Amino acid sequence: MIGLLSLAFTNRISATLVALMLLCVTLAFAASVGETAIPMQTVINTIANHVWNAGHEVDVIDAGIVWNYRLSRAVVAASCGASLAVAGAVLQGLLRNALADPYLLGISAGASTGAVSVAILGLGAGVLGLSVGAFIGSLVAFAFVALLSLQAGRGTGAIILAGVAGSQLFNAMTSFIVTKSASAEEARGIMFWLLGNLSGVRWPDVWLALPVAIVGLVICFGYSRALDAFTFGRDSAASLGVPVRRAYVVLIGCAALMTAVMVSIVGSIGFVGLVIPHAARFFVGTRHSALLPVSALIGALFLVCADVFSRMIVPGQVLPIGVITALIGAPAFALILCHGRVLR
Amino acid sequence: MSLELRNVDWRVGFKKIISDVTIAVKPGEFLGLIGPNGSGKTSLMSVLSGIRPPSGGSALLDGQDVKRIGRRNLARRIGFVEQQADTIDRITVTEAVSLGRTPYLSLLTPWSQNDDAVVDDALDAVDMRSMKDRMWHTLSGGEKQRVHIARALAQEPEFLLLDEPTNHLDIRHQLGILELVRRLPVTVVAALHDLNHAAMFCDRIAMMDGGKLRAIGTPQDILIPENLRDVFGVSATVEPDNIHPGRCMIRYHAGGTNTDVVSDFAEMKADTKKDRIA
Repeated sequence: MIGLLSLAFTNRISATLVALMLLCVTLAFAASVGETAIPMQTVINTIANHVWNAGHEVDVIDAGIVWNYRLSRAVVAASCGASLAVAGAVLQGLLRNALADPYLLGISAGASTGAVSVAILGLGAGVLGLSVGAFIGSLVAFAFVALLSLQAGRGTGAIILAGVAGSQLFNAMTSFIVTKSASAEEARGIMFWLLGNLSGVRWPDVWLALPVAIVGLVICFGYSRALDAFTFGRDSAASLGVPVRRAYVVLIGCAALMTAVMVSIVGSIGFVGLVIPHAARFFVGTRHSALLPVSALIGALFLVCADVFSRMIVPGQVLPIGVITALIGAPAFALILCHGRVLR
Repeated sequence: MSLELRNVDWRVGFKKIISDVTIAVKPGEFLGLIGPNGSGKTSLMSVLSGIRPPSGGSALLDGQDVKRIGRRNLARRIGFVEQQADTIDRITVTEAVSLGRTPYLSLLTPWSQNDDAVVDDALDAVDMRSMKDRMWHTLSGGEKQRVHIARALAQEPEFLLLDEPTNHLDIRHQLGILELVRRLPVTVVAALHDLNHAAMFCDRIAMMDGGKLRAIGTPQDILIPENLRDVFGVSATVEPDNIHPGRCMIRYHAGGTNTDVVSDFAEMKADTKKDRIA
C-alpha cells in the first residue's frame, strides 16, 4: 500500500518536474526568437549570469534584449496565461457553466472603463497610470456584479446574468468615453490595449504577476476537492459537507483578483480563460486536482507561444496578442474538439 | 442516533413553505414522506438533510442542533440524494461515487486504500460494481439513480435521505430501487409519489398537506380513504394485502372524485373572480 502510495506520489512529482522543465524550455525559446535571433547558448548564459552570477561572457546588447525585454515579457505572458486559464477552469466548475470565463465577472469591461478614464478623461491627474486605472476599474465592476448577483438571489444563474449586465454597462461607458472624447490616435491606442499588449512589460511587472499567479493557483488547488463536489450542483456539494458560501467567496474572489491583476498589466486577452480549460479537460478529464495545474500549464505555454507569434508574424510590427490567441487558438481548439469526439 | 425536527418553519421570502412540523425519525426504520405536489415534501427533505437551516424551530441530530454540528460532520452522518442531479462533466461511475468520500478528505488526509474499499462496497451495495468504469452520460436513468445512492452510501451515513428516488424510472426500476434501499442497513427517509409504493415499503408514513404535517403512522393508519380524499383529492378503496400481512393496497376509482375536484376548481375560480371584482 505504501509502495502504491509512493508510486502515485512520485508520479505526481515527476509530472510536476516535467511540466516545469517544459515551461523553462518554452521561456528560453521565447527569449531566443524574435526580430534578431539570439542563439540559445547566449540566452542560457545570460540567465545564468543574472540568476547566479555565472560570469559568462555575452554580448551586452544581446544580453539586454534577452533579459530586459524578452524574458520579462515571456514570464509575464506565462503568469497571465496560467492565471486566466485557472480562473476560467474554477468559474466553469463552480458555476456549472461551460461558457463561463474570467471576463464573465465584468472584470475586463471594468478594466477598459478604468483605463480610458485615466488615459482619455485624465482621471487621477497624472498620478494614476493606465494599469492602476484599469485595476481600480475592474474591481469597481466586479463589486457591481457581485452586489447585483447577491441582490438577485445568489443562484449560479444570477451571477452569470449579473455579469452580463455589468459587462454591457461598463463596455457602454467605455464606448461612450472613447467616442465622445478620444482623438483617432487615442482611440487606436485604447483599442490596441483592449486586445492585449505585452510590449511595455518589464521586470517590475513580473514581480507583481508571478506571485499573484502562483498564490492564486495554490489557493484554487486547495479547493480542488470542493470544486469536484460541485459536479452535481450546489445542493449536492452542500450535502457532501462543502461550506458552499465560503467556497463561493474564496474562489470567485480569487479568480476575480487574478484576472484583475493580469488585465491591468497586459489588457484583456480573450479566449485563454474560456477555451484552455476545455482543452485541458480533453487531456486529463474533469477532476480539478489534475485539471487546475494542467490548465495553468497549457495556458502559460499557449500565451508564451502566442506572444512569440505576435512579435514574428508581421515583420516590423507587433500585433495585439488577443488577435493571435483567437486566430491560432480557435482552429487548434476545433482540432481538439473533433479529435476528442472521435476518441470517445 | 436520532434525527428530529421540532416545530420547524421554513420560509422563502415571506412565503411560508413549511409550518410547525414536528417529526422524529426512528433508528432503522424506512419512513415515507407523502403529499400532493407543492405540499412541502422537497423543502422538508432539504431541512432534514441540513442543507437549508429552518427559519423557525430546530433540527436536531442526537439532540444537538444541526447548525452547531458543522457541514463536514453532518455529511458523515446524513447522505442525501436529490430529486434531480445531473452533470455535463465526463466522469466515470467510480469518480461519481468517490465524491461521497469528500467529507472525510482534506489536504492532510488524502485519498487512501480505505476510501477505495468504501467506494467498492458502495458500488456492490447498489449492484453497480461491474459498471464502475462506465461514463456517467452513458448510464440509464435507473443506473444514474443507483450511482447517486452509492455516492450517498460512500459517505457511510447513519441516515439516508431520498427525494423522490423513483422519478422518471420505469416500474421495474422503481421497485428495484425501493427494494434495494429497503435492504440497506441504514435509516431511510424517502419522499415518495406513488402511494402504493409507500404502502409496500415503508414502516411508517408521514403525510404532508399545505406545508403542514397532517398525520404520521403506519401505512394502514395513514392510507385510509378519508385521507386520500381530503389530502390528495382522489377517491379510492384500500384493501389489505393478503400476501404481505399488515400492508395494504390502494385501488383508485376513475371519475369518482373528479366531480369533487372539478367542483373545487369551479369554486376556486368563482372565488378568484369575486376577489378580482372586489
